[in-house]
Amino acid sequence: MTAITARPARRRVSPRKRTTGILLGVASVVVFLFSVFPVYWMVNTSLQPNNEIRGSVPNFVPQHLTTANYETVIFDPGRAPFLPALGNSLMVTLSTVVIALVFAFLASLAVTRYRFKSRKTFIFAILIIQMIPAEAMIVSTYRVLDGWGLLNTIAGLTLVYVATVLPFTIWTLRGFVNGVPVELEESAMIDGCSRTGAFWRITFPLLAPGLVATGVFGFIQAWNEFLLALVVNSRPEMMTLPVWLRTFQQVTGTTNWAAIMAGSTLMAIPVIVFFLIVQGRMTSGLVSGAVKG
Amino acid sequence: MSSSVTLIREHESGGLQELPPELGPKSRRLQRRTRPGRFTPIVLLVPALVILAVVIGWPLIQLFVMSFQEFGRSQVFGAPAPFVGFDNYVRVLTDPQFWAVLGRSILFCAANVVTAMVLGTLVALLMHRVNKFFKVLVSVGLLLAWAMPALTATIVWGWMFDTQYGVVNYLLEAVSGQDFTNHSWLIDPFSFFVVATIIVTWGAVPFVAFTIFAGLTQVPDEVLEASQLDGAGAWQRFRLIVFPYLRSIFVVVIILQVIWDLRVFTQIFALQGIGGIKEQTSTLGVYIYQISLGKGDYGTGGAIAVIMVILMVGISIFYVRRSLKEEEQ
Repeated sequence: MTAITARPARRRVSPRKRTTGILLGVASVVVFLFSVFPVYWMVNTSLQPNNEIRGSVPNFVPQHLTTANYETVIFDPGRAPFLPALGNSLMVTLSTVVIALVFAFLASLAVTRYRFKSRKTFIFAILIIQMIPAEAMIVSTYRVLDGWGLLNTIAGLTLVYVATVLPFTIWTLRGFVNGVPVELEESAMIDGCSRTGAFWRITFPLLAPGLVATGVFGFIQAWNEFLLALVVNSRPEMMTLPVWLRTFQQVTGTTNWAAIMAGSTLMAIPVIVFFLIVQGRMTSGLVSGAVKG
Repeated sequence: MSSSVTLIREHESGGLQELPPELGPKSRRLQRRTRPGRFTPIVLLVPALVILAVVIGWPLIQLFVMSFQEFGRSQVFGAPAPFVGFDNYVRVLTDPQFWAVLGRSILFCAANVVTAMVLGTLVALLMHRVNKFFKVLVSVGLLLAWAMPALTATIVWGWMFDTQYGVVNYLLEAVSGQDFTNHSWLIDPFSFFVVATIIVTWGAVPFVAFTIFAGLTQVPDEVLEASQLDGAGAWQRFRLIVFPYLRSIFVVVIILQVIWDLRVFTQIFALQGIGGIKEQTSTLGVYIYQISLGKGDYGTGGAIAVIMVILMVGISIFYVRRSLKEEEQ
């Protein structure tokens, strides 16, 4: 009965359905344009001569493509040198990722493969620490690092970043380790593997993609971090890229937006590329225990 | 150290072939057996614990102590810092400027959470309904926006809202026909926060949309179809069927948004650097920065920071409890 009455009803709404379909398509395009436009505008501006972006009508497509802005940023940025900042960023970020991954990996093994009394307390602490805002910690972090002579050093900023990304890294890796059934290791042990051997031969290879994804996410967080870098590594030669970008923007003012956009593009591109690589893997992790730059 | 390890299966090592049959896939994953003395979990935790204690724990204690001290520039250079009891807290809590900043932060947070949740939910519902082509199109756009670093995004939006050559003024003039020549967006505190809201929302919608979209795929189609046959309209279907299914996801996403938006720093700070009056646009995080590093009043800044930590941790306790419950399942 229901089926018979439902059918003609469905057929009747089909023109309405069509309009809805078109509307939804238009809405999708609008969402796409709104999301992409700032990124497009950044690249678009960065590829135009500075005098051409200062017209009464903006160029929605570059009229004369140029790499001059990138050359300005890289080789002639005035009072805000780009290359040292890039070097600092790379060193801090890469050391952060490596150290945080190793430490977090060990910790995630402890909380997933063992049961011990303080296990819950540890996980609780990890989640709470993640929620302590860096904004509140700037002064005391500055003082503590100052006391150890670690201000304006790669080591000092790396130390701070390792602690910053560690809770999230542990929490995410914990999920990945949990995803590898312990039974696999155990059957390898029955077949004669040692406990360590079973772990390295069976579990570790299965964890590799998770480690890469988590590492990339740590990289993005450290690469983008602005506030702590601003406070802890304030000397021009010790700046990281975000602090450099803001300094460059302040020094340049509104006189050379084209160069500022070139600098922004240079800082954003590695993050965007890495993010696109790992996002699928991380979306689920973000929901359960999340952090954002 | 091994004494703190609870051996869940009691039998001693050496009998792997004696593994009891309950060790099927249904047995609890955490049930592990360990040889006491070898690689106990505490040893594995030590590196992480040391780093967290040294870089988070110790400064946190220092912050707490400092908030009860008179701590200015001279103390940074070694002068003794006298304890002043609750003076810093009293000064902060009786300062109208602090309440203005707090109120502003809460308002900004509320506006951003509501905007991001509404738009994110709409985009998720959109993605759920359109065909594969449009779904991919929307996803690509959202991913790009999500991947953009907050600082770069703020500077790019700052350029788009530029008074003289900004594309926004041009487009608004072209569309509305009204005169937006040299319209300054950042000088007026209200429109400053409108711009800040656009920037924050632009970056937050992808996370909200993807998360809710993932939840939407969990809602059984049969239930929706049945309700449609029973005559439920789109809004009723969302309110009575989709929403109850997604309630827990909504709660988590809202809490995370509240936490992130309440502590917003980069966007406000960078936007103030492009143009904007600091006194009238500072939020909590920026205010701590200005009081501490700008004015050099570390004691007062510390008191505000402690208040902020309590506020944030208080809000997140609920989220943490939830995550823990899930983890124990």
